[in-house]
Amino acid sequence: MSFPLHDQTDPRLPARPGVRDDVQFASGRVAFVQYLAVGVFLFLISGFWMLQVRDPEVYQEAAERNRIKFVPLLAPRGKILDRDGRVIVDNRSSYSLLLSRDRLKAEHIRSIATGLSLDPDQLAGRVSRFRSRPKYEDIMIKNELTPGEVAFVEAHRDPDTFPELELIRAQRRLYPQNGVAAHVIGYVGEISEGELNLPEFIKYDQGAVIGKAGLEREYNDQLMGVDGQRQVIVDNRGNIRGEPLENKEAIPGKNLQLTLDLDLQVVAELAMRGRVGAVVALDPRSGDVLAMVSTPAYDPNKFAGRIRAEDWNELRKNPDNPLLDRAIQAQFAPGSTFKPIMAIAGLETGMVDDDFRAHCPGGATFYGRFFKCWWKPGHGTVDLHAGIVHSCDVFFYNVGNRIGVDNIAKYAEGAGLGRRTGIDLPNEMQGLVPSTEWAMRTQRRKWYAGETISVSIGQGALTMTPLQLAYAMGGLALGGVWRRPHLVKVNTPEAPRVMQLDPANVKKVVDGMYGVVNEAGGTGGRARLPNVNVCGKTGSAQRISNEALKSGGVPHKLKDNAWFVAFAPCEAPEISVAVLWEGGLHGMLAAPVARDVLKAYFDKKARLTHGQFVAEIKRSVPRFGPAAPEPPPLAEP
Amino acid sequence: MLIIAVVICGMGVLQIYSAARDTVWDDAWWKQTLWVLAGLFLMWIMAQVDYHSLLGQAFLFYFLSLISLVAVLFVGTTVFGGRRWIGYGGFRFQISEFVKTVIILLVARYLTELKTERVEGRDLLKLGALVASLMLLVMKQPDLGTALTYLPILAIGVFLAGLRWQYVAVISVVLVLVLPLGWRFGLKDYQKSRLVTFLDPGQDPRGSGYQVIQSKIAVGAGGMWGRGVTKGTQTQLRFLPVPHTDFIFSAFAEEHGFVGVVVMLGLYFLLLMQIVQNAQTAPDRAGMYICMGVCALLLFHVLVNIGMVAGRMPVTGIPLPLMSYGGSSILSFFMMLGLVNSVRLWRSVN
Repeated sequence: MSFPLHDQTDPRLPARPGVRDDVQFASGRVAFVQYLAVGVFLFLISGFWMLQVRDPEVYQEAAERNRIKFVPLLAPRGKILDRDGRVIVDNRSSYSLLLSRDRLKAEHIRSIATGLSLDPDQLAGRVSRFRSRPKYEDIMIKNELTPGEVAFVEAHRDPDTFPELELIRAQRRLYPQNGVAAHVIGYVGEISEGELNLPEFIKYDQGAVIGKAGLEREYNDQLMGVDGQRQVIVDNRGNIRGEPLENKEAIPGKNLQLTLDLDLQVVAELAMRGRVGAVVALDPRSGDVLAMVSTPAYDPNKFAGRIRAEDWNELRKNPDNPLLDRAIQAQFAPGSTFKPIMAIAGLETGMVDDDFRAHCPGGATFYGRFFKCWWKPGHGTVDLHAGIVHSCDVFFYNVGNRIGVDNIAKYAEGAGLGRRTGIDLPNEMQGLVPSTEWAMRTQRRKWYAGETISVSIGQGALTMTPLQLAYAMGGLALGGVWRRPHLVKVNTPEAPRVMQLDPANVKKVVDGMYGVVNEAGGTGGRARLPNVNVCGKTGSAQRISNEALKSGGVPHKLKDNAWFVAFAPCEAPEISVAVLWEGGLHGMLAAPVARDVLKAYFDKKARLTHGQFVAEIKRSVPRFGPAAPEPPPLAEP
Repeated sequence: MLIIAVVICGMGVLQIYSAARDTVWDDAWWKQTLWVLAGLFLMWIMAQVDYHSLLGQAFLFYFLSLISLVAVLFVGTTVFGGRRWIGYGGFRFQISEFVKTVIILLVARYLTELKTERVEGRDLLKLGALVASLMLLVMKQPDLGTALTYLPILAIGVFLAGLRWQYVAVISVVLVLVLPLGWRFGLKDYQKSRLVTFLDPGQDPRGSGYQVIQSKIAVGAGGMWGRGVTKGTQTQLRFLPVPHTDFIFSAFAEEHGFVGVVVMLGLYFLLLMQIVQNAQTAPDRAGMYICMGVCALLLFHVLVNIGMVAGRMPVTGIPLPLMSYGGSSILSFFMMLGLVNSVRLWRSVN
């Protein structure tokens, strides 16, 4: 459809009759619109004139005043306390200095640097490196200001001198010196790129300080708290004007109370000084971990800010690997400390009864191979009790040979070996319990009966961690009840894991372990304590083959590990202690460490109830008889 | 006219660059340059077309607009709580901008086909209904500001066609009665609060009054000569919100001062006068209506946007023609300038 509207007067266009069609008809109104437009523009210009020419000072001043600042209200991190409420980990404040770049004057840099003991050229260089960043981004130029430096800043940050200086308070973590409980506690640090994506840290932003290891990490959410924020209006000198616009209070982190007993912890640390290894002490009735040591350790305070490169390299390069938490991560063959489990396995399967004997001439041959006993002359005829007390290898070779590796595995796993105990620490290792199924699954081969012989004395493919040892023995001593070990007090105890064991069998094994410590010829005599029934078992675990040992010149790393596990009192254990001394050679040399921890525990208990230490109480405690009547506790004051 | 338009656009690009530096929109300035180039090309194309053929299709365009606006309501991408754009292959088109051109054509055609000397009641109602239906669809998005820009096109058209003063009186009375009802039921909360804070910005300094207060501060801080390019603190420190779109003139005023403001307003004024001159030398009424429609639209935009910047108009989401960042806006305005050029090419030789 064409639209025939053309001017009659234009000869190019066809004519159209009818409606008058000239443009002039509205010329008056068009002119009106023109004047209207002029009016509009004048109206607009007048508006700007008022703002910009007549009263510019008002608005310029408003612009200067007009800066909103977000002042962070830092949430303090929760403290970490021991079981008696003593503070193990605390916070302290430190000051950091920022340079506010949009107020920075180049001529001040030198003076500022001098006042803060910084290199002026370095500072200038730092400032120029920030040039491409937006002006409102401040530069951090120094952390951990000394009080003198803080005074310098406070005295000089008025607008006439150095208006560009800004102080902010930061919170720093304060850990015990000398690395006490270092691995258990862990350390904090600024969240890294990789960690930002992990589900456990998903709600934290760049710059958040989080727990990186140990309990600091495991309980990070509880400890961390939520930073608050205050929105204030500042004028261009940084002075706060008026009331804060918005005040979001900081929510402080919650304190963490541990089951750890600092008294026992310190004793254990001292006993292990200079050695490489671990100690774990726990209460098998509840699962409370009373002490946990891994040496060598490190000073977590070095991590508290940002660890310096040389410190980090030193830690990493140290061949004894101080960053490893041996209590939960060192997986070694347990040696003879495994024999109690062998014993219970033998008893429960019925293979070992009251009449079972083995003859030990110093070794035995199985499947064409000679397996020696550590006591070369041989133990002679050995029953279960003697087998445990004297740690006769041949006896247990026979037990293992009879019951087979799968039965061993059954009771080992029943005691909690071969899997994580579930302690509330990250990165726990689970050890290894070999079996025919394991061999098929991981190595696609049949299990050879000859391997069972090694396993029977806690060697071969069998491994466990010190925590597992303490855990397994503690539950066994209770008659087959294992509670999950934990470092933080639990309000509602979980249901324990239970394995049905004949109490008579348990008594036989415990009896044997009493003999280890208290009877003549027992390998664990060095753990004996007056007035306390201590049960224990030594272990000396080989790390390399006998042939290599014979060739001599073995580095300490590969010398036999010394293990010792103990619990007390035998008839109703309250505490179970496991000690690993790498390269200690003989389990009996590790026994004193356990003794020290046990003594500390009972001394403390007796001190509290009787006002005296254990050693001072004169009473004899017969083996498994009814205990002599206890001296009366302290009278009420 | 071309030159003026390009100069305005050039200042716009510079301002966008300055305002949006270091923000997520810091690539806006060269995108805007691309849009301007595309717009210039579009303008040239429009000028080659005989506007009469476009007028012939005016009703077709009208129906297309209706359908497109309805479609936007259903399939449009939601941004800041409003469905205004239809995305297509990475670009987003704000349909309501292009509808402005359609309305110009529609009004021009309708009024030229009038059989009478003046605009009669039923003609007014008919045309009003046509425009209102488009307005209502846009208001539903919700985009009251853009919907309102359709009104001046209608108003100037009927004004020029010759509206009897009786009708004006009737309309005024009706408006006065309808306004309170519209306030109650028609306006959304934020629109209401915008009007309220227009009257007293101090009442809600952190909310809707914030933009106005910041704008005035920015403008005032510009003083006579301005703070210099990229040195406007209100803009650079992000106190001024959306400085590259609606409040671009605030940023400009802060950085170029009163002098810059006068120059810029002068340029816009010249542009408008050029358009009016084309209207006066148009070969026929249709051409005149088209040019005056464009003029009215531009005037309304300038008045409302720059008025808002100076705190003399309530805050609305209306862009500043040729300066504010926005592809659809740029293209749409260049289309209109192209139309005007088309009329100019057909102007009377007398």
